[in-house]
Amino acid sequence: MKITGLSHLFKWENLHNWWLTKYFFPPLFVLCTSGDSVKVYSTRTEEWLHSLQGHTNQVTGIALNRANHLQVYSCSADGTVKLWDFIDGILIKTFIIGYPLFAIYVSEKHDGIVFLHIAMDTDSKNECFQLVAVHLPKSAEQEVEAKELSAVSSRISPNPSCTAFGREGQYIAFARHLQLNVYFFRKQKTYSFSLKATDKKGAKNAFTCIACHPADDCIATGHEDGKIRLWRNFIHTKEYTYSTQHWHHNAVNTLCFTPEGTNLLSGGIESVLVQWQYGAGNRKEFLPRLGGSILHVSTSSDGQLFCTSHSDNKITVIESSFKVCGVIQGLVKGDAVLTDLMIDPRSKALVLNGKPGHLQFYSLMRDKHLYNLDIVQQEYIYEAGLDQFEVVKAAFDINGYWLATVEERGQKSSDLEFVLKLWAYDERTQSFVLNTTITAAHTDRIISMCFSSSEETTMLVTTAEDGQFKAWCQGADADTQQDQSFWSCEFVGSYHNLKPTNCSFSADSSLLAVNFQEVITIWSPDTWELLTTLCQPPGVVRDLCFGRLSCSKYLIATTTRNLLCCWNLLTCALEWSTSVEVSKLQPDPLSENVAAFSYQSKHTDLFVFKPSEPRPLFTHKNMCSEKIHRAVFVPREEPLNNCDESSQWLNRSQLYFLTQNMDLLTFSTATEEDRMLSSSKRLVIDDSVAVTPFYLLLGKHRQQQQKLNTPSHPAADKPQQPQGSVTITELLHTPAHVLPAASVLCSMLVSSLLISNTGVRKDPLREMESSEQEMNSEKEEEHSEEEMEACDSQQELRAQGSVDEVTPKLSKAQERELKRIRKTDFSWMTGLIDSKP
Amino acid sequence: MASFKPTKVPFLPKLGEKVTEETLYWKNYKSPVQIKEFGAITKIDFSPLPPHNYAVTASTRIHIYGPHSQEPIRSFTRFRDTAYGGRFRGDGKLLVAGSEEGLIRLFDISGRVALRQFKGHTKAVHMTSFLSDGFRVVSGSDDLSCRVWDVPSAVELSSLTEHTDYIRALAPSKLNPDLFVTGSYDHTVKVFDMRSGSSVMTMQHGHPVECVLLYPSEALLVSTGGRYVKVWDLLKGGQELVSLKNHHKTVTCACLSSVGNKLLTGSLDRHVKVYNSSYKVVHNFDCDASILSMAIAPDDEALAVGMTNGVLSVRHRRHKKDKETLTSRRRRGPSYQVFVKGKNFVPRQDDFLVSKPVKQYLRKYDKQLKSFEVSKALDTALQTWTRTSKPDVTVAVIIELKRRGTLKNALAGRNEESLTKILNFLLKHIFDPRFSRPLLMVGDIVLDLYQQVFHQSPVVERLLQRLMEVLGREAELQQELLQVLGILDTLFTSLTPRKEVLWERCCPMPLSNHCVSVSSVSADVSKI
Repeated sequence: MKITGLSHLFKWENLHNWWLTKYFFPPLFVLCTSGDSVKVYSTRTEEWLHSLQGHTNQVTGIALNRANHLQVYSCSADGTVKLWDFIDGILIKTFIIGYPLFAIYVSEKHDGIVFLHIAMDTDSKNECFQLVAVHLPKSAEQEVEAKELSAVSSRISPNPSCTAFGREGQYIAFARHLQLNVYFFRKQKTYSFSLKATDKKGAKNAFTCIACHPADDCIATGHEDGKIRLWRNFIHTKEYTYSTQHWHHNAVNTLCFTPEGTNLLSGGIESVLVQWQYGAGNRKEFLPRLGGSILHVSTSSDGQLFCTSHSDNKITVIESSFKVCGVIQGLVKGDAVLTDLMIDPRSKALVLNGKPGHLQFYSLMRDKHLYNLDIVQQEYIYEAGLDQFEVVKAAFDINGYWLATVEERGQKSSDLEFVLKLWAYDERTQSFVLNTTITAAHTDRIISMCFSSSEETTMLVTTAEDGQFKAWCQGADADTQQDQSFWSCEFVGSYHNLKPTNCSFSADSSLLAVNFQEVITIWSPDTWELLTTLCQPPGVVRDLCFGRLSCSKYLIATTTRNLLCCWNLLTCALEWSTSVEVSKLQPDPLSENVAAFSYQSKHTDLFVFKPSEPRPLFTHKNMCSEKIHRAVFVPREEPLNNCDESSQWLNRSQLYFLTQNMDLLTFSTATEEDRMLSSSKRLVIDDSVAVTPFYLLLGKHRQQQQKLNTPSHPAADKPQQPQGSVTITELLHTPAHVLPAASVLCSMLVSSLLISNTGVRKDPLREMESSEQEMNSEKEEEHSEEEMEACDSQQELRAQGSVDEVTPKLSKAQERELKRIRKTDFSWMTGLIDSKP
Repeated sequence: MASFKPTKVPFLPKLGEKVTEETLYWKNYKSPVQIKEFGAITKIDFSPLPPHNYAVTASTRIHIYGPHSQEPIRSFTRFRDTAYGGRFRGDGKLLVAGSEEGLIRLFDISGRVALRQFKGHTKAVHMTSFLSDGFRVVSGSDDLSCRVWDVPSAVELSSLTEHTDYIRALAPSKLNPDLFVTGSYDHTVKVFDMRSGSSVMTMQHGHPVECVLLYPSEALLVSTGGRYVKVWDLLKGGQELVSLKNHHKTVTCACLSSVGNKLLTGSLDRHVKVYNSSYKVVHNFDCDASILSMAIAPDDEALAVGMTNGVLSVRHRRHKKDKETLTSRRRRGPSYQVFVKGKNFVPRQDDFLVSKPVKQYLRKYDKQLKSFEVSKALDTALQTWTRTSKPDVTVAVIIELKRRGTLKNALAGRNEESLTKILNFLLKHIFDPRFSRPLLMVGDIVLDLYQQVFHQSPVVERLLQRLMEVLGREAELQQELLQVLGILDTLFTSLTPRKEVLWERCCPMPLSNHCVSVSSVSADVSKI
């Protein structure tokens, strides 16, 4: 067993919440921090444009440069402040501060100065933060050390929304616990105002957020009990006043004044954006049901658009007329993933808990949220501490025609409510439609369920804490004589009143294994006969699965007493067993392999093995430090032909797994990484040809042809650099409406596609032309083939040389997107082009 | 953004009979018309000619009733003793009847005096019928013989004495004038062929045969006797097709509906059962007394049932016309046309379409729930109409309030009147297995909230008293059910394990939980 260096573990990009959505200047762009990068989205199309990458740790804050509205500052826990041109995604400058930074503020008045939160003590347990002003030195260098720190205050809340700049940067307001401080820059003086912790009505007065009016001397503060206070006349310590408004029933998470100061926006856990009219007392507007709880609100500088970020990894773009005009949704991050990770057999999307009461479908290929399926179909009440229905189990049948879900409520209290629902796939609407609702499927909680794996009959088996397992079948009701068929119970089984925990069907669905604590019972689903029982005491069986394909005669089980057992079902005897603590057992549906995650001494190891032999195929020790409970094999679109032994198990499907910190991780092989790198090189384009779909499809077709021509030639495997004849380039670059008539162009085009018989190969331009023409014509002469290859490889070298100099970097997601486009088959187009001459 | 999701009213199937098209068809009869006769009604026969008058044989007379009249339009009273088995000829002009003294009389429908009298039987003749050619009469008698008579000459053509007991059932073939079927108390059903002069087929029914019936195709034969109804396949040489045991007393009569050939059987247990084509009971008519005879009019227009206490009960089919008159009486709102004006307008090609946002219409209680007015929502759900005709809506709102954690708030602060409303609703529905869980919870909360003030209102106190009584009774019943379950369990444990599995399959209802919760609430009530 060797730990291979080829398999490389990387963190999958999209699973982290938006820390702060801040400032989006021309209302075209929204910037938000996301992990160690800042992402730029378009407000019009809701598409991800690019991300600003360069920080080595969590990005904690962003702020627009007041001097130049096309630039943005970002600060990070790695101790640097970076200045970006966010439209083109170019890093302009890096200022090295040297301390971990937690928030950044800028003001118009203080040019060249940024205000930062830094931790006072090295240990962050104390949570003592300091607000410092940093003068950014002006120098032409890329990396500058900024050491001119001056402390403004040390009474700072760790919450970055508890600090705000007042009118034109005259003062800065910051709050901590029950104290509001206002620091006037001109007077260099701090005024403090404090509230009592609780009043008669039991209000919690701690500050949660602050916003300052842009034109008026007014500070709005949000409080833990949902009150909003508007402070005025705070220039005097004694004669200050405040007015209180109360609508939120829980803590106000965020406050924001519109740029003109006419309105105040507030948001909290209720997921209602409230717009208060400034100076009009209690007049307010609501925008309810936006999604998760609102974490942050910001407005564009012209006040045209508002933007809210939500706890479920979502940004909502709202017009000033209080209408939602766009939603940017990442992988929905719920409180917990209660269902298993699943793959929808139709769309190959990853399915897991999404919004409360929903299942989300997430395309891993395109890294995009597809849709949410409403399972509970009830109004969600945004209220802390309320026990709501939550989807706890879900399963797909093998064709993706049926989806079974279990929703549960009242886990904490004694009266448990749960509903088993079966959903049928509707071809017309392309989504799942509720078919059957079973309210009292069992008398106690359903522990596990699975569909039979045969294509002919669909059967669902559920096991519950009431000591029974039930088989559900779809069948037409003879009495009602309706076309629609519903699901009904076919069989109830139990074994000595023991509690069943897991159930699994064999690969051909001829056997059903249900384990009752220590005992595994094997049933025949046709006759419902108990065939045999298997047992390996001591230790309760924790996980159970059948082998697939050639190993379908094996049954694998893990027990709580650190045992992994494999039975041969033909002999009903234990084939092998090994002592390993397994937290999750995941079989690959497309191969014999089974992945076992073992959690021992505070780190997780991965073993991949075939049931037929006790020796693992692949071992990865110390993979991560958290326990892993959810994993899934995702079938690849096209199998890799990786000949490396240690990573062969990844050829047909990819393993994704979810840690306890809700990070979704995957294994990628070295070849994939290489391909990604090479593709980024490949996709670098010389200036003469724009990246059009035409270019991509032509390139792809060329690649295919080349493969056909030289199947064994490794050098030719790489695609051609783009070369176009001048005519075609011109044709493709000129706008259509200024082009002459097609009849005029036709002859030109045809002649450009003809094989030139000059044969001169010294002129590189000519060379390119000729090679391209050869590519495009199927019926080329045999003898020119070798020559062409030779010239190809030459060209390749040349091209790559030139590429290295001006490599505009493409982000990974862009590469992926391009790869996807390349994969889609546009060869029919080239067929058309070919047929023209 | 996502719009408000209205409260879902769960569709919970009612326990018991399922509503099918067949049941709807058979339910579609008006309430029965009762006509008192002088004695037990032994035979009812519908005339094959419209307007389908029917002859009712009871005591010493035969009455002929029109389809909608309650008074007989004609009666034949010239019987010295009890008359039996009055039956029409195929053209509806002649009627034949046997009698206790053994005489068979033939009447003209318009006449009053018997046209012919067939003498020969020595004992009572319970069954008479015309053969399908209309010129011969066949009779079955208690003297064990079965005789065929010639109508024009009134002479006996033949006498068949193959039965060894009273002949009480007879059915002539409609397709062949020479065939008829008899059933006897000697437990046999025989098919006679006049051409051979003897029986050609004998079936063992196993019980005294009360009635035989041929399907119109005459491939199937129905015989009733004892508690059994048996269907025989004549084409397979009299093989038993199905044996039905749905009555718990002797099945005395059977008839076939003319729409779809559904079998109806009547029995001494006062039930008429309707079977579908796969011989499952789809409907059940209840009567006041034991049923002796039954007939159904062509096109199932009317169902006449004769009983031992001499009451003839006739059910007429309800027609759409009747319903329309009912609905037209109801007040009509503004016409639908107003709302769909311009619905069929097809936009032209270059029209610019301004899409109108689809407005979500919410029920009143949903509107109130949307604005978190929980008490008002509960009030709306407890309005008289909703409460009485759609209790599931009321319960759905209660469940929704429970889910929101505001049920207690909604129930609190009520006056006597609204509390009475709630308690009445509880009394009515607390034992409906669909609603009992949420309603028991409501009961608990009401007790908690109003414990101190109950004694101030005698009305509420009385209602609570009743609730306690009812709950106590229910708890007792559940206790008994559990005992039965225990007995059954011991019985089944002595059987094979396979049977045990089957038993579990047919009893998925958790009785024990329910019982426990019921008894806990009743204990609560009794505390007060």
